[in-house]
Amino acid sequence: MLTFIVRRLLLAIPTLLFIAACIFLLLNLAPNDPMAQVPMTIPPDVKEKMREALGLGQPLHVQFLKWVIQFFWVEPQVFVDYLFNTSFSEGKQRIFSWQTRSPVMDIVVQRLPQTLWVVGMSYIVGILIALPIGIYSAYRQYSVFDQVGTFVTMVGYSVPPFFSGVFVIILFSVQLGWLPSVYDTLHEVVDWETFKYQFRQMIMPVMVLALQTTAQISRFMRSSMLDNLNQDYVRTARAKGLSEWTVVAIHVLRNSMIPVVTVIALGIPSIFGGAIITEQVFKVNGIGQQLINAIYANDLPTVQTITFMFAVLIVVFNLIADILYGILDPRIRYD
Amino acid sequence: MTDNAQTNEINKTNNKWLDVWNEFKNHKGALAGAIIFALIVILVLLGPFVWPYEANGINIRIRNQGPSFAHPLGTDQLGRDTLARIMAGGRTSITVGLTAMLLSLFLGTLIGIFAGYFKKLDSVLMRFTDLFLSLPLLPLLLVMMLLFREPLSTSFGPEKGMFILIVVSIGITSWMPTARIVRGDVLAIKEREFILAARSIGGTDTKIIFRHILPNVLSPIMVSATLGIANAIITESALSFLGLGFPPDFPTWGRLLNDAVDYLQQFPERVFWPGLAISLTVLSINYLGDGLRDALDPRIRGR
Repeated sequence: MLTFIVRRLLLAIPTLLFIAACIFLLLNLAPNDPMAQVPMTIPPDVKEKMREALGLGQPLHVQFLKWVIQFFWVEPQVFVDYLFNTSFSEGKQRIFSWQTRSPVMDIVVQRLPQTLWVVGMSYIVGILIALPIGIYSAYRQYSVFDQVGTFVTMVGYSVPPFFSGVFVIILFSVQLGWLPSVYDTLHEVVDWETFKYQFRQMIMPVMVLALQTTAQISRFMRSSMLDNLNQDYVRTARAKGLSEWTVVAIHVLRNSMIPVVTVIALGIPSIFGGAIITEQVFKVNGIGQQLINAIYANDLPTVQTITFMFAVLIVVFNLIADILYGILDPRIRYD
Repeated sequence: MTDNAQTNEINKTNNKWLDVWNEFKNHKGALAGAIIFALIVILVLLGPFVWPYEANGINIRIRNQGPSFAHPLGTDQLGRDTLARIMAGGRTSITVGLTAMLLSLFLGTLIGIFAGYFKKLDSVLMRFTDLFLSLPLLPLLLVMMLLFREPLSTSFGPEKGMFILIVVSIGITSWMPTARIVRGDVLAIKEREFILAARSIGGTDTKIIFRHILPNVLSPIMVSATLGIANAIITESALSFLGLGFPPDFPTWGRLLNDAVDYLQQFPERVFWPGLAISLTVLSINYLGDGLRDALDPRIRGR
């Protein structure tokens, strides 16, 4: 197992480098000019200097190498400096956004808490709803509950978040006026009233994202339970005279959770992708909205850094899912 | 007489597609999904020929009307008939969905068969697939839209260029699941006796792939085809919704939804129709795919 983890970790490095190169090449070889918006009156030599100031003067491989060094070496140093008040990163060039002229990572750090709050909360809520639905529909296969549950999850799976989000805004904000439609990031929770407001403004984005999670995970949970419910060991457990609760909740559930846990781990990065749209709908100024802004503003360093961070998330959670699978199911041996 | 009955009997048990159809039509959700999807396709294909209004026919005097007999779904801020726009948008969205699905299916099947059939290519192609699977797809799609919009618009015209861009970018970012499934099936089929038999009578690789392997991996391909349409329609709508899809005066369902969001306060019902169209189409396709999977694979029925 340890060799497997080490091997996978080592393999993740070239994977990430390759992805970084892909994103970099896509952004830089594409025919587009960051100077296109600059007024025509600026003389060409000044334009050339501006170009150099943006770091565009050098050949591509130098630019890429610099970005890699900045991302993997300088930015972690800045983080360490921040944590322990050291000065490793002093005088070193960080990744700068063309849009705001400030380090990209600073913007990301400002934006990340909102995204994590909304996305993380919705994922947890989604899982908490999904598991009981999946378990009970499998246990009572073809019952009314199962039929309704399957239909609802299918609907949740099919309705895109940019429609369900807008739909709940119309219903609860425009028509009923119960909930605020725009997420207020500056809102601070200090007492019960502000907590209530925070709860009210979070409920819509969280539930919209959770609907998607619920749909996917409860379908998985159901089919995984169905796989196990007909197995011989379940009959044995029943024959021993164990209570139905013990059979289902202890014997079947624990075995059924193995694939579900990996699906949950694999789903975390994709939920960040889905958050891009949900943040746009509810005007949450999280990392997804920052990405969209940067794309509109042609801010290549920011786009590249955020996209690459999504890639890192995917690679890391793939790794976690693989390792979890091996730990939870002793029959799976990677060596 | 008896002969005839016997052949009928054999036909009944041996025709795989008849079995599949029998199984499929017992799945009520799948049948309903197929019918609804067919209706939507017929409506968006034939509707514009019957409906008197054009999708881009501006008539400023009747703008922002509610539902009436002449305009059952009302008109928008420029007096364009909403029903006509929904039908025109559906044409684009479903065409994009089908074309992108075909492209991703082609790529996925090609890579899956190569990886499964030729042992030398297996690890390279699967590494490649894994790499693609770990790319953040939505951000990359957005970036591709941003970067290649201008050059393709200038060389193919704004609508055609965008169509090519969207179809190609959805196609090359969604072939991976198909490739994995096809590879797995090819690996299993390759070891069967009939492949050995085909090879022993001197069948070439091309012939074995086309005659023996491809027909046997058809069922997973068909299932991923249906799911691929749904996925492509959602992706296209998401891109249009974020304002990075087709040009503004060119209706697609996502674009209509995006336009309607600006008038959320005044005319909330405008959001409803394109959203309903997207959701209903995707829902019916998903049910279709579910039923197809159950019908094609007897082992997983009812899961």
